Amino acid sequence: MSSSAAAAPAAGLPPAVETVGLRKTFGPLVAVDRLDLTIHRGEVFGLLGPNGSGKTTTIRMLCGLLTPSAGTAVVVGHDVAADPEAVRMRIGYMSQRYGLYDDLTVDENIKFYATVYGLHGRARTERLEAHMRDIGITEFRSKLAGTLSGGWKQRLALACATAHEPEMLFLDEPTAGVDPAARRAFWTSIYDLAARGTTILVTTHYMDEAERCQRLAFLSRGHLIGLGTVKEILAQFKQPTIEDVFIELQRRDEGAAA
Amino acid sequence: MTVIQRLRYSRFWPMLWKEFIQMRRDRLTFLMMTGLPAIQLLLFGYAIQTDVRHLKTVVLDESRTAESRALVTVMANTGNFDVIGQVANRDGIRIAIENGEANAALVIPPDYARDVMRGRTATAQMIVDAADPQSSAAAISGAQLAAQVRATQIVGERLSIAPPLDMRVRPWFNPAQRSAVFIVPGVIGILLTITMTLIAGIAVVRERERGTLEQLVVTPIGKTSLMLGKLIPFVVVGYVQMTVVMGLGKLIFDIPVRGSVILLYALTVPFIVASLGVGLFISTFARNQGQAMQLAFFFMLPNILLSGYIFPRMAMPEPAQWIGLALPLTYYLKVLRGILLKGVGFGELWRPTAALVALALVLLAVSVRRFTKTID
Repeated sequence: MSSSAAAAPAAGLPPAVETVGLRKTFGPLVAVDRLDLTIHRGEVFGLLGPNGSGKTTTIRMLCGLLTPSAGTAVVVGHDVAADPEAVRMRIGYMSQRYGLYDDLTVDENIKFYATVYGLHGRARTERLEAHMRDIGITEFRSKLAGTLSGGWKQRLALACATAHEPEMLFLDEPTAGVDPAARRAFWTSIYDLAARGTTILVTTHYMDEAERCQRLAFLSRGHLIGLGTVKEILAQFKQPTIEDVFIELQRRDEGAAA
Repeated sequence: MTVIQRLRYSRFWPMLWKEFIQMRRDRLTFLMMTGLPAIQLLLFGYAIQTDVRHLKTVVLDESRTAESRALVTVMANTGNFDVIGQVANRDGIRIAIENGEANAALVIPPDYARDVMRGRTATAQMIVDAADPQSSAAAISGAQLAAQVRATQIVGERLSIAPPLDMRVRPWFNPAQRSAVFIVPGVIGILLTITMTLIAGIAVVRERERGTLEQLVVTPIGKTSLMLGKLIPFVVVGYVQMTVVMGLGKLIFDIPVRGSVILLYALTVPFIVASLGVGLFISTFARNQGQAMQLAFFFMLPNILLSGYIFPRMAMPEPAQWIGLALPLTYYLKVLRGILLKGVGFGELWRPTAALVALALVLLAVSVRRFTKTID
């Protein structure tokens, strides 16, 4: 991690994400409550929390997949509820399920998403070639996506989500069920993207991944209960590692539920 | 941007491109495009015979005269009976009918010819296997017809006068009164309904199931481009199926194409839109492909039974007729049969067309409203 990618707000640009009182309810269930969160440009930001803490719901609201029940979310300078299409042009989203077409080839998947994002002609061809080189998938370009291994699918999904070079990238548990080597390669790509100025919001269950983030936010039962760098979080919860923080939180959750 | 540029860079194209590639790779879809029309055509064209003809008939001719043979000939000429043989006695009839070798038997008593010669009322007997009311109705009407024809002939011969009345029936549009002529145009309607509701509905649900719909929703592709790109390939499939059925129908069943094919293709548009509306509507309810399939079949049933595809709507109780009025297929069948069999033009078809357009607008509006670009 280079220090140039540190969490300093870029001059003149609005924050990558700014939410005020963001809330989402599903019937009687409050999935996310009064969330105030600011993510700076160029940050690699980790969203952590036990299952059901509201991580995925938060990401989905920020991407315009879910309509907030209350509060506002401004992503790369545009209100998600008021102007979702402006947000969509500038963000990339990679879900846990990858969103790949198994019956399209590697080539066709990237080409499809690039074209949907408005790339055409030579610009598209060049971008595609560069992207496939970056993720090292060129040799598999004419294989059907469905026949790829988990690690390659994950890289392809990342290539598809970033083909249009988004300002902000949302990754929802991107490395779930992928072997350690593939995870390491994946994080190298993430840092490459961050070094080029892409803001990244990632949710994860892996503690080593959490510690790779510049700042972390802990969610518990829909509430933001911890925010800061790894050091700050450890100090706040008086725990030796992030993993201990996590376990402590889960214990509190269970205590509250009992 | 000019209109052409906007069209050229529309996000509708990648969607369409992708959909065609997927369709090409999906063997099931290809099979459905070619196999389904052929199977439906043969199944419905050959198997559905609402007109019962050629009942297998045995004859017990105890008269054995020119008179009795004349009666048998008249019977056979009605087309309702195929004389498959003679039997020697009543037991022969019983055995033939019980075995299922014959559906009907004609008994001509020994004094038949003598009665005819002497100017008395001659009698003959028709025995019918009435377990199946449709075939027995055909046998009964055939027997009555034959009796009348022969009676008139005999009176004419006896008095040397022309028959006092000759009713000449002209069955228009389907002179041979073959079921296939009535059914096969309907097969086009049924096939389009299957393709647009079931297959298109499933295609949308599949994207939801696999998580690609979620991925599409976060892209800047518009709702209209998304739906058009997704559904237009199925419209193409529909027109291919339609053409295949018309071609095979002409080839195998000699189904006439009396009107304008171009008009038929044009009037098919509102029907396809209405059916796609149903398919899309189904896709907004169904959480998985199984559910989509169940819902689509649930929709198919009233279409097959109540639209007039097989059973005439006039014969239905009123509530069933009202349900039929809500089905796009009911109106499209009028268009299909009108153009193919009667050769009529738009002037005669504007009523069903107007109903189709109205249904198409309502169904599309409802389903597009439900199909939102969020996932909550």
